[in-house]
Amino acid sequence: MLKLENLEVCYGSIKALHGISLEVKTGEIVALIGANGAGKSTTLRTISGLLKPSNKDSKIVFKEKYIYGTGEGSRKYESMLPHKIVEMGLSHVPEGRRVFPEMSVYENLLMGAHSRKGKPGQADFDRVFHHFPRLKERIKQMAGTLSGGEQQMLAMGRALMAHPDLLLLDEPSMGLAPMLVEEIFHIIEDINAAGTTILLVEQNAHLALEISNRAYVLETGEIVLEGRAQDLAQNEDIRKAYLGE
Amino acid sequence: MNIMQQLVNGLALGSIYALIALGYTMVYGIIGMINFAYGEIYMFGAYAGLTLALSNYVNVYVALFGAMIITMVLGVVIERIAYKPLRRSSRLSALISAIGVSIFLSSLMVRMKGPNTRGFPKLFENRIFAIGDFQITFYQIVIIGVAALLMLGLHLFVTYSKTGRAMRACAQDQDAAKLMGVNIDRVVSITFAIGSGLAGAAGVLSGIYFNAVQPYMGLLAGLKAFAAAVLGGIGSIPGAMIGGLVIGLTEIMGITFNLSEYKDAFAFAILILVLMFKPSGILGRKANKKV
Repeated sequence: MLKLENLEVCYGSIKALHGISLEVKTGEIVALIGANGAGKSTTLRTISGLLKPSNKDSKIVFKEKYIYGTGEGSRKYESMLPHKIVEMGLSHVPEGRRVFPEMSVYENLLMGAHSRKGKPGQADFDRVFHHFPRLKERIKQMAGTLSGGEQQMLAMGRALMAHPDLLLLDEPSMGLAPMLVEEIFHIIEDINAAGTTILLVEQNAHLALEISNRAYVLETGEIVLEGRAQDLAQNEDIRKAYLGE
Repeated sequence: MNIMQQLVNGLALGSIYALIALGYTMVYGIIGMINFAYGEIYMFGAYAGLTLALSNYVNVYVALFGAMIITMVLGVVIERIAYKPLRRSSRLSALISAIGVSIFLSSLMVRMKGPNTRGFPKLFENRIFAIGDFQITFYQIVIIGVAALLMLGLHLFVTYSKTGRAMRACAQDQDAAKLMGVNIDRVVSITFAIGSGLAGAAGVLSGIYFNAVQPYMGLLAGLKAFAAAVLGGIGSIPGAMIGGLVIGLTEIMGITFNLSEYKDAFAFAILILVLMFKPSGILGRKANKKV
């Protein structure tokens, strides 16, 4: 579904990603784990078009179409804008939730459906409420007044309104109480079971490996390890570095 | 001196400032720049209205509507040429570009129509309605009415339409708006179109009201409207409406108390006071929360 090749990204003169490659197949949950500043969020922000790669032979391919780069046998160099990428069925739940604070929960959900033609119907809302019943109770409340957990639910529900085929989740557990984190991760599994492919960025490697099929480990802008999630969870180095053992 | 009377006069003048102030505040809310050329767009609107009104085929509403369309196009073109290439550079560059645009537009109008003040043709009978010792002219009714309708329309658009919602989303969190599939360039263009259309309407209304149109009329009006936008809280749409009315009322009250020589000073005195004591304005947000 998604393929990155040789992705290189710079902030000014500082290189954040040194040519990483990864792949997400249809139906999978893939985790991208690593320490603070390893380049996880940068990777997601580049996929969704908020950042642009700094070398022209970077490639980002989504559903067989080039989001960024030049295809083989093609002369056309593609660099899609974020709104085009969303329309293709790729939604990104950013780090820190980034709900629209001065809009109600209802309006935030409407914004989630912005990329689709026409007005979202009751079925779209019901789908979100099925995963996040709490949002239904809070429908008229201003998003800025929600608790952190509720904002995370809103950010994810908002992304689901676009009916994405691929969902990028950036640190969904950040700043949440352990109980709530469990709940959110169960919901992520449910969303995946309902047919949405997921690329998950997490600092909480333990939980991330538990729910994902495969994982990549990112260290200072490079992928140092990849494999099946359960194998990585057994790996000595991983256990020492990320699982606190 | 009848206070009610001055209130009506102040309201009419304030409506004009409020219409221009809306452009400042909307553009600031979305891309954080001050488009100092709105005063000149207002002037262009006045000339466009004048030109349309002088051709005998159109009535006042067509002149108003036509002038709005012309200034909307003008606003979008200005944004594309003078601001969009600078969107990633410092705020100062965009500001200097805006000042350049405003000098260009007023000079262009001097070249096209000459520097002299022109009168507005009588588009409709200006009757005076007297209720006791309180009078309101038909012109005032039209100005306050048209301004109120435009602001109501803007409010409904921003609150309920899909594009309006996207505009608010951009103002609150631009990256998040992009991730929702909002085309920022399109939203910015629409914002410039709306702001410029409102300024253009204000130009026609003021041409009718003061019966005077000249190439430099935009300078003071634009600066006063800027003061109004800051007073109301830059970035806030209701703030711009309130700020405009307050500036208009203050100016008229000043004249009432025999301070008409200083009438242009009031807006700027208010601007200085606001910046000293409450820089966020009446309805402004505290400070930009940066994550």
